[in-house]
Amino acid sequence: MNKPNSTTQQETLQQPGQSQSGANFSVRHADLVGAIVLAAFSIYLMFESAKLPIGYFDSEIGAGTFPFWVSFGMLGCCVWIAINWFRRNNPTAQSTVPYMEREALIRFRSNAGLLAATLLSIHVIGMYGAVPLFLLIYLRFISGRSWRLTVCFALATPVVMFFFFEIMLRIILPKGYTEPLFYPLYQIFY
Amino acid sequence: MELLQHLIDGFLITIQPLNLLLILIGCMVGLMIGVIPGLGSVNGVAILLPITFLVPPTSAIIFLGAIYYGAMYGGAISSILLGIPGASTAVATTFDGRPLALNGKADQALVASAIASFVGGSIAVILFTLFAPPMANFALEFGPPEEFALMLLAFATFVGLGGSDIPKTLFSILLGLALSAVGLDIVSGEPRLIFGGIPGFYSGINFLVLAIGVYGIGEVLWSVEHSHGQEMLYKANLGFRRILNGIKHLKTTVRSTLIGSFLGYFIGVLPAAGATPASLMSYGIAKMMAKDSDTFGKGNLSGVTAPEAANNSASVGSMLPMMTLGIPGSPTTAILLGGMVIWGLQPGPRLFVDHQDFVWGAIASMYVANLAAMLINLAFIPLFVSVLKLPFSILVPIIFVFCMVGGYAPTQDMHDVWLMLLFGIVGYLLRKLNYPMAPIVLAIVLGPLAETSLRQSLLISNGSSAIFFTRPISGTIMVTAVVLFLLPVLNFLKKRLRPQVAAR
Repeated sequence: MNKPNSTTQQETLQQPGQSQSGANFSVRHADLVGAIVLAAFSIYLMFESAKLPIGYFDSEIGAGTFPFWVSFGMLGCCVWIAINWFRRNNPTAQSTVPYMEREALIRFRSNAGLLAATLLSIHVIGMYGAVPLFLLIYLRFISGRSWRLTVCFALATPVVMFFFFEIMLRIILPKGYTEPLFYPLYQIFY
Repeated sequence: MELLQHLIDGFLITIQPLNLLLILIGCMVGLMIGVIPGLGSVNGVAILLPITFLVPPTSAIIFLGAIYYGAMYGGAISSILLGIPGASTAVATTFDGRPLALNGKADQALVASAIASFVGGSIAVILFTLFAPPMANFALEFGPPEEFALMLLAFATFVGLGGSDIPKTLFSILLGLALSAVGLDIVSGEPRLIFGGIPGFYSGINFLVLAIGVYGIGEVLWSVEHSHGQEMLYKANLGFRRILNGIKHLKTTVRSTLIGSFLGYFIGVLPAAGATPASLMSYGIAKMMAKDSDTFGKGNLSGVTAPEAANNSASVGSMLPMMTLGIPGSPTTAILLGGMVIWGLQPGPRLFVDHQDFVWGAIASMYVANLAAMLINLAFIPLFVSVLKLPFSILVPIIFVFCMVGGYAPTQDMHDVWLMLLFGIVGYLLRKLNYPMAPIVLAIVLGPLAETSLRQSLLISNGSSAIFFTRPISGTIMVTAVVLFLLPVLNFLKKRLRPQVAAR
């Protein structure tokens, strides 16, 4: 078992001698792409803000003024980041290590993908269906835990959630199409 | 002498068996609610307000006050152990609490958080006891220009000493400000930045959604990548001796705790500010004042004590305008204010004359509840730390479930849960490029306050920005903020000039 990896961002970026095989898309590349994407987002925000009045009119500041100038500042920062990239004067602009190695990309996709699928399923089978399913898949197939532990977690979690949120705090969690199944429980507890 | 007599009378009310029991229950319930991501003191107080009609008003305020303090203590626990802010007030605690936990110092961070919370709370209660009416009047002199200057100072602390990459730090602040502008404009009511009319954006972006996304989902994705597919187990050290050692380590955090305590109290007293801005600003100021500011964000105990002292101090401070002026200083005190009206009490200056039992009972209970919350917190530290003994591969899905429920609970809207996932993924990808995350959170919290105070100030001055520099308090704060903003430029020029001087 490993100790937790406390590698800082700076160390990650500057690790010398790290394998560069497959470094088609390095941190340096990602830095520029990031700046371009964020610049485009800034321009979009400026465009959206400009739909509202910008400036000082009739003793009132237009609703678009604040977001417009903030977005303009964001765009300026992106230009500054791009200049730094061309001049290679920060660690990310110099780093040739891969932005995401193949294995890391697989782990990222599986985690983010499963989370997105779980959120999607909440709309259909509700929190009490989606959460056990998520735990079942994660603990058994990603973490490789035993069936016994997986089933224990998958069954206990929604029960604890129900009593804590619905009964104690009166916070109704989404149930999707499973809502009618909870009517008998509502009759008991409310 | 009269003050002391009132306080003794208050203590006599507080130590009645019913009130002591309510303090203990309140602290426990508050602690539990504070630990759950997405839920904070406001939820606890709102949910349990109807129960208080069963007891006298003094016992009711004692109970709700205890929940308030308990939640302030509890919020830090999941921030430190899981990296998910337990409550909005504990967002800043995540910045250094989580790295400390990753380095096997979770117990130290939890002890520091509990002690700092106690010190912050105690200093605030003493200030409350001694200077309640004058402080309330001073807070009222703090107008929109002063508030805006204070917000600017908070941003400046992050830029001036933020990190190595100034444009990325600035971008993060501005991105947070842009996200804070999403929703209906507070003056004209027009929708702004609603991304093609998505209904969920009309109510704005809840900053807790951003914080849980960035520090919960994003942090776990980061850890999963760095685990390299191997089983990780966090260092989780337990034991009474380690708790005592943890207390000894706190010598280095005295300054940050005091900064948090005094600043937190003052921010708490300001109407419409509250404990969340107080904790974030205290973190920034403590970082600015520290000799080892470069270690902030990497596991500096002062990065835990400053926001924790501040949020407890602010929670007491926000009671002051509520009781003396009838103006709530935070969402929780707004509910308490409602409760007082329902109990038949009229908040305001007359409260101190007409209902002395209530006022001094509540003040004395703050001392007792603060102590009780700290002792309960310290007693449970071994239990909390044992959570980290779970293997990482089990902890990850549990954290994800916490995030999902925590993202849903505040607004009960699935739109926010999707947004949380988006923020988590984008935050993770940006973090890999050295974009700091803390300034985004700071800016989305302070953004609405900053914009409102800016617009109000310019309205007062007919559009002249000179108002920020001509008033003594705001002028002083503004100049300090401008110097801090210019600090990176000065450092840059110093570095440039140094080789030339050396060459001569």
